[in-house]
Amino acid sequence: MTASTVEAARAVAEPAHYWTRQRKIGVGLSAVGLLAAVLFGALASARTAEFTLAETISGSAVGINGRVGAIVFGVIAALAGAAMLVAARRWFNWLLGLGIVATLVSFLCWQLSQAPENLNTIPLGSVARSSVTLALPLVLGALAGVLCERSAVINVAIEGQFLMGAFAAAMFATLAGSVWIGILAAGVGGLIIGLLLAVLAIRFLVDQVVLGVVLNVFALGLTGFLYEQLMAKDQTRFNQPTFVPEWDIPGLSKIPLLGPALFKGNIFLYGAIVLVILIHVGLFYTRWGLRTRAVGEHPAAADTLGVKVLALRYRNVLIGGIVAGFGGAYFTLLSTTNFNKNMTSGLGFVALAALIFGRWSPIGSMLAALFFGFCSALAVSLGSINSPIPSAFLNMLPYIATIIAVAGLVGRVRAPAADGTPYIKG
Amino acid sequence: MANDDISLTVEPGEIHALLGENGAGKSTLMNVLYGLLQPDEGEILVDDKPVRIRGPRDAIAAGIGMVHQHFMLVPVFTVAENVMLGAEQTTGGPVGFLDRRRARKLVREVSDRYRLAVDPDRTVEDLPVGVQQRVEIVKALTRDVDLLILDEPTAVLTPQETADLLEIMRTLKAAGKSIVFITHKLKEVQAIADRITVIRRGRTVGTAAPDTSEEELASLMVGRSVLLRVEKGAAEAGAPVLEVAGLAVNDDRGHRAVDGVDLTVHAGEVLGIAGVQGNGQTELIEAIMGLRPVVAGSTTLEGRPTLGLSTRDILRAGVGYVPEDRSVDGLVKDFTVAENLVLDIYNTEPFGTRWVIRPDAIAESARARVEQFDVRTDASGQAAVGTLSGGNQQKVIVAREFSRPLKLFIASQPTRGVDVGSIEFIHRQIVHERTEGTAVLLVSSELDEVLALADRIAVMYRGRVIAVVSPDTPREEIGLLMAGVTTEAAGTAKDGQSDD
Repeated sequence: MTASTVEAARAVAEPAHYWTRQRKIGVGLSAVGLLAAVLFGALASARTAEFTLAETISGSAVGINGRVGAIVFGVIAALAGAAMLVAARRWFNWLLGLGIVATLVSFLCWQLSQAPENLNTIPLGSVARSSVTLALPLVLGALAGVLCERSAVINVAIEGQFLMGAFAAAMFATLAGSVWIGILAAGVGGLIIGLLLAVLAIRFLVDQVVLGVVLNVFALGLTGFLYEQLMAKDQTRFNQPTFVPEWDIPGLSKIPLLGPALFKGNIFLYGAIVLVILIHVGLFYTRWGLRTRAVGEHPAAADTLGVKVLALRYRNVLIGGIVAGFGGAYFTLLSTTNFNKNMTSGLGFVALAALIFGRWSPIGSMLAALFFGFCSALAVSLGSINSPIPSAFLNMLPYIATIIAVAGLVGRVRAPAADGTPYIKG
Repeated sequence: MANDDISLTVEPGEIHALLGENGAGKSTLMNVLYGLLQPDEGEILVDDKPVRIRGPRDAIAAGIGMVHQHFMLVPVFTVAENVMLGAEQTTGGPVGFLDRRRARKLVREVSDRYRLAVDPDRTVEDLPVGVQQRVEIVKALTRDVDLLILDEPTAVLTPQETADLLEIMRTLKAAGKSIVFITHKLKEVQAIADRITVIRRGRTVGTAAPDTSEEELASLMVGRSVLLRVEKGAAEAGAPVLEVAGLAVNDDRGHRAVDGVDLTVHAGEVLGIAGVQGNGQTELIEAIMGLRPVVAGSTTLEGRPTLGLSTRDILRAGVGYVPEDRSVDGLVKDFTVAENLVLDIYNTEPFGTRWVIRPDAIAESARARVEQFDVRTDASGQAAVGTLSGGNQQKVIVAREFSRPLKLFIASQPTRGVDVGSIEFIHRQIVHERTEGTAVLLVSSELDEVLALADRIAVMYRGRVIAVVSPDTPREEIGLLMAGVTTEAAGTAKDGQSDD
């Protein structure tokens, strides 16, 4: 019945109008580019803006007159937008990418030309590295979301799973004196929230969004309480884990830009890469994935073919909990080395945004997470060159980017059809 | 109890029709066979051996396959993915990657063997309903079933697609498969069945041969003799009441669903809209009722434009409306019958004012309505409407809409899921209203209903009215129109046949 509606609707051919999505975005990009050229050009001074691929600002760099750079790159962005009006569809992504990068460079030219002497260089290698690092928890959180939501259980509790993971990692890594025990404990921490989510959502049919919020509050309260009772009283005994070791890959880590970003990593970086590949391949090329997607789209269809819908949902939600818990360990074993109340500060929700921006796919989620990571890294870099923009606004950047990305650029995304709907037999 | 002591025997290579009204228990019986429901008593024997069927997996293992009334297909999957789901073949090894090539080959083989013309690489949601149904059949056949249950398979098909399906059923029968064909359409049963079992209120009431007359089958099904045609005199069409010109409307996804429709409904006539579901009828009616934004065109009621009016204003201008989905749009299920009867006029005298409602007046009026419209519930209408049967719920809606003086009555699928007794009643009410001089716009995907009631028939296809014909037009011709074959083309096709 629905399907016939779809068929008929498609058959009633869309009138071939001129203003396709590509052309609309093209006009928008041109406007942004011109604005950048005028605004950043006017604000920039004639001092040199320098770019280097290295991780530090010492050494050789490419320089350009700040005002000229701001104007030239703004115009390039505008031209990329204009090209969208006439270019074939396959060029769209390239032009969009070019436009965004050019706008960004124009912006940086302005910022760098305003920076004090000796600080007017931006070390792109370091930006790349911190983008990736800051993206790690988001990637892992979003993957947890992929696992749950592909089998139609909405996971708003990623934040809570992060917190539990972060707490358990700090506590048990300190107690056992081993980060590996900490990571194991983090998985269990996430698993506990996953188990509550699974049982309450699948068995007791609680509204999944409300449930997720409740679980977040629960995790916040529980970790906060334990922090007060144990950690705050005896930091050295309960809350002093060490950093996870860094594993450089010989040779590869020397590649400019990519080396520091991808090959001077740690368990979280390599774990995230492996998990993205595993879940992508699993979801689209294996029996488990086919069944998971079927359960997420049309559970009754899967049930009539003998697929155990509820068992599969349990399994995926639990695995998701472990993955998010692992992501939580990042906060206490990599980004800092102690637990603090509410230290995840909403990044679980940014991970959720990455999941949606990434259209419920592992690779898409990873790219979205990298984008958010880049925004955070940029905010940090701009802070360190004494940007005239107040730091409060710079710190908002990733969140503003989240809102724009999820609300504006995504277009109409299609969640798994049964997402959030409990399955009741019969 | 949905099934009470039912016995059914299906022979190998037999097409066995299971005939019964909506709610008679046909689907319940089949869900028991397919393991979706567990019987309280009784047993299932396959090849004379008792089997226990705890779930679909057991049913498939026992050689039983089922095509559900609402297709069990994942819309975003390809045909091959849908077919292999649950019985995936993998490339072997520890990882077990899906063997898509083998799945595609299997679909092609089965499709060729039974002439089903199914392409394994198409995405299911892009396929027409008739093809989706064949995908369901392929799905069952790849699981080597001997018995195929088809649950109301023709409900969503055009007459042409129905003819194709019957042909496929013959092919399957020739290949030795048994088929249980669930339906309430008598003509199809007579055309294809080897044996007919009729069930009523959860019990088998008889087994009949296919040459049993339609009247006999109908009376077996309902339990008393039934008038199959509505008695009505010729229409005395008056002035135009509803005029629709160049109307264009989008569906929920923003696609054009109604694409330039012109219609006129005169006082004292029934204009029937025939068409396969999903060709814009829903959107057309919603637009007329002010429930959906209009992209272009106009609608007028007795010459006054109604675009931009609220739905309440349109109702109060003298329009009665029976919505397509009664449980969602027609009734508040947790409200009582009495309350549902005044949903449109609760704030007008004597039922209430702007500030208060008067329960006594509402109950009193309900008593009269329940009696007049033969609603089977308690006399004062204090039961929640959701507890009534489909037919009685529909009568509540009809009673409510006929309580106001009407200029135009719009009925969308007025007898869907309604028992034969109530169908008769509702049909008589509609004809009565027409004879009183009301303009009636009837939308139904049941061609028989349109043929029985309409004085003129507009056929909708892909958002357009492609023809307006008289109800004397042969069924086959209207069937072709519903499939988008316009009159000229249909004419040539007929000429071609008459040469034989």
